Amino acid sequence: MTIGEIRDLLNAEILSGEELLDHSVDSACGSDMMSDVLAYVKNQAVLLTGLVNPQVVRTAEMMDMVCIVFVRSKQPTPEMLALAKECGIAVLTTKKRMYEACGKLYSCGLGATGTAGEAS
Amino acid sequence: MSEALHLHFDVDGENFTSAGEASVQVKKALRQMGCPPEIIRRVSIAMYEGEINMVIHAGGGKADVYMDSRTIRILLADTGPGIADIALAMQEGYSTAPDNIRSLGFGAGMGLPNMKRYTDRMDLQSTVGKGTTITMEIDLPQ
Repeated sequence: MTIGEIRDLLNAEILSGEELLDHSVDSACGSDMMSDVLAYVKNQAVLLTGLVNPQVVRTAEMMDMVCIVFVRSKQPTPEMLALAKECGIAVLTTKKRMYEACGKLYSCGLGATGTAGEAS
Repeated sequence: MSEALHLHFDVDGENFTSAGEASVQVKKALRQMGCPPEIIRRVSIAMYEGEINMVIHAGGGKADVYMDSRTIRILLADTGPGIADIALAMQEGYSTAPDNIRSLGFGAGMGLPNMKRYTDRMDLQSTVGKGTTITMEIDLPQ
């Protein structure tokens, strides 16, 4: 699935990283707890979250993610968008809530392959 | 053994927004040196967790990263309040982070366990009232 397809499926708006719309991704995760993203996520390329602060972008960067989707119409700050641009991370925002956004992407083939304890 | 790399950072304890900047610099440096991506990710996450911990609990500190042909070593030292019960602090889910930090998405009690999980060796020395020193090592593929 491409980031452009994610945008279309979620009726999302792309806020940064238009040049990444054709980038292909194969898995995603959803969490408002960055501690858990750092602990349990492995090789997911997309982060869905309702949390808005610069550490969301930093966490995505540490996990080598390429796309952040803010759910529930959350709007990142200009500072966060600048950081995402610097890191090469596309940023989307959707009106959908977390449950629906994740369900929609999952049912359309974007899987979740992360497993706890397999980090090393 | 000769060191191929030494990076030093002063981690600002006053600014949660900037937490992680040292980890970003380390990640960039390792990438430039051609480190395997999986190693870079483990180092980045372990150091990021440590950096966040220093900002949340200790008012900042110092971070040093050393790399030679065999190992990447991360040394984190602070002069914060120290950890009274290290075994308890190492348990997944145990956290003393305040509510304002939890509202920022951290403080789930996964930081120290995560640092241990992502590294090959981790040593934690702490004295209440004096501070905490953490050494983490990640072996490079030979």
